[in-house]
Amino acid sequence: MTTNARCIEALGCERFDEENCSTKTSEEQIKVEESVEELFQLFSKKLTIDINAPSLYRGKHVSYLKKCLFYLPNSYECLDASRPWLCYWILHSLELLEETLDAEDRSKIALFIGRCQSPDGGFGGGPGQHPHLAPTYAAVNALCTLGTEEAFSIINRETLQKFLWSVRCANGSFQMHVGGEEDIRGVYCALSVARLTNIYCDKLFENSAKWIISCQTYEGGFAGCPGLEAHGGYAFCGLAALCLLGKEHLCDIRGLLRWVAHRQMRFEGGFQGRTNKLVDGCYSFWQGGAFPLLHKALADEDSTCVSTNWLFHQEALQEYILICCQNSLGGLLDKPGKPRDIYHTCYTLSGLSVAQHCFAGQEKIVGGLQNELARVHPLYNISQEAYINASKFFYNLPPL
Amino acid sequence: MTDSGSEDLSNEPPIIFYKHRPEWDDVTPVPQDDGPNPIVAIAYSELFQDVHDYFRAVLKSGEKSERALQLTDDALDLNPANYTVWQYRREILKHLEKDLQEELTYVRGVIERNAKNYQVWHHRRVIVEWLQDPSHELELTEAILSRDDKNYHAWEHRQWVIRTFKLYDNELEYVDRLLTEDIRNNSAWNQRYFVLNNTSNFPADIIDREILYTIAKIKKVTNNESAWNYLRGVLERSDYGICENSVVKQFCEDLYASGNRSPYLLGFMVEMCEEQIEKGAGDSFYNLEQAVRLCDSLAKEYDTVRKEYWNYIARCLTNKRNSHCNNGSSKALIEEMNSAASDGTIVTSVDE
Repeated sequence: MTTNARCIEALGCERFDEENCSTKTSEEQIKVEESVEELFQLFSKKLTIDINAPSLYRGKHVSYLKKCLFYLPNSYECLDASRPWLCYWILHSLELLEETLDAEDRSKIALFIGRCQSPDGGFGGGPGQHPHLAPTYAAVNALCTLGTEEAFSIINRETLQKFLWSVRCANGSFQMHVGGEEDIRGVYCALSVARLTNIYCDKLFENSAKWIISCQTYEGGFAGCPGLEAHGGYAFCGLAALCLLGKEHLCDIRGLLRWVAHRQMRFEGGFQGRTNKLVDGCYSFWQGGAFPLLHKALADEDSTCVSTNWLFHQEALQEYILICCQNSLGGLLDKPGKPRDIYHTCYTLSGLSVAQHCFAGQEKIVGGLQNELARVHPLYNISQEAYINASKFFYNLPPL
Repeated sequence: MTDSGSEDLSNEPPIIFYKHRPEWDDVTPVPQDDGPNPIVAIAYSELFQDVHDYFRAVLKSGEKSERALQLTDDALDLNPANYTVWQYRREILKHLEKDLQEELTYVRGVIERNAKNYQVWHHRRVIVEWLQDPSHELELTEAILSRDDKNYHAWEHRQWVIRTFKLYDNELEYVDRLLTEDIRNNSAWNQRYFVLNNTSNFPADIIDREILYTIAKIKKVTNNESAWNYLRGVLERSDYGICENSVVKQFCEDLYASGNRSPYLLGFMVEMCEEQIEKGAGDSFYNLEQAVRLCDSLAKEYDTVRKEYWNYIARCLTNKRNSHCNNGSSKALIEEMNSAASDGTIVTSVDE
């Protein structure tokens, strides 16, 4: 099913009201709205001659991503300790765009990721770097997205589990690496890889649910650590981790729903990361991806209340991504005026996929069916297909 | 000023690569092992490659020396996100028993250049832990926050140092200053909650004080979600929930009567109704009918981007009431409410 855009002309009343009290927050917000408004107006004109607008620049994004897969300019030096992430962002984006790589390339990528695996278990940010939970999560997701037996077999499950034990803290949280910082990303990354590769055991995550819940704030979202401000990236990690533990009902689900529903911007249509911050395309997934998880939790409570749509404005999010976050040369971005990069490409596309797909047969595709992406599995943020293949492989292996 | 003139002003010494330094002759550089088919290959500058080749060599040999420490400086200058380098730097610092006050000065410089980076703040925290000296931390975080008052890492560091070394004394004044500068700074509102949550159990007098404080701020800017969220957060800590406080109730009713339709006000009123319905109290103002009407006006007029959410809330409230009522006469009413909530036929707003 294709679906129409929001009426641009009627959006004027959604603009930010400063109430005669101009502050840094409101000034920045108004600036962003002006740049978004400009693009909305252009789109509105385009719509009169092209009923399929807004369109996804699928071919351009594919070319951009394929180029990045082999070569990145030196502005990526700051991500030299995140190379499995670079692989994952690119592979997952291509997967969502339904672009398949040839067998030879898939093999090369798997072998390269293998070089980032540490003899102590887990994966580092590059060959020879210490193992770290974030690149470990990225490496496992990237290998599962490749989906070949060769790729699956790269992962040393025994040492991976040892690595997870080495970064576990007594209170149930996880350090990102031995001697590293401790926050809610750690427990999510650990749970995600443990579940995907079938090395989960209860003892490894003893107390984790309690610790995660201590990160839920008075606003309803989750913070990186107890006491901090609710934040989209951490809220996703908190909720997804609780779901992976099967303990999402221990947190305040309704408070979380209220908080995350309020992160969608009334004018822009995209999501902000925190209250009174600016829209950013990457939160299309970090916030948008929480809705499928919440939907299930709420349906468990009372299935008669939930509908067949997610509890956010799916069309508005798609419009923000398609109208404001695409670079015409390929790649996606945070907000108008920002440069493209593969991180934002990955998370805007992931969010776009969530916004397009609710239940089977209930697709809402803004701009026509040619914009449809592959479905994501919202717990791991790999494609549904990749998840099914990985499960088949790892759950046929004996438990450790 | 001419181009050549500006070049003359720079005091940067010319770069000498490690491979050209005689004092490093004894070390064989270790190139990155990307294998025969590099993927996501970054086009490193010659400098980046040179420094990292030598860093890998030192990491491999386990050399913990002054020159190795200097090498980590150079590597971190090129990529402050390399946690392996930071970790090794800490090992060297311990081994050489370096002056950690100097290290604090060094890492402050790195933080000032890279304030949005996990590793630099973590390093700072470890050094402060080793020294057990938090005396510079409030000033440092304040300096960083003065440039970016929502920097998450700076707030995390500040909370850690305040909690660990019990430095709560002047924090509320600091928060107040930030909120005077920008009433919409949600990080500052969060910090206010953090201080009270860690220094009190929200006794009645503090709750009353915070309510007055917050209401005064909402009067200034009624569309400020941060203040509304804080108000709810504080009320949830009281023994009476959000609906029983007469000051808040009166404030909301007056604001509504004045014609204000801030979605946060309307949303707050929905929650007041919800609380009453849950208690089975449901007075003449805060009841199911009112809640459904409010949700409907939010979905259709005042907060349309959240229409799915508000319609959902209306359905939940209606269901909840259904399960509370058993007698036939109210059933008819409930059915009527149900259909109204789902197809949105109730459009009357409350002030009519």
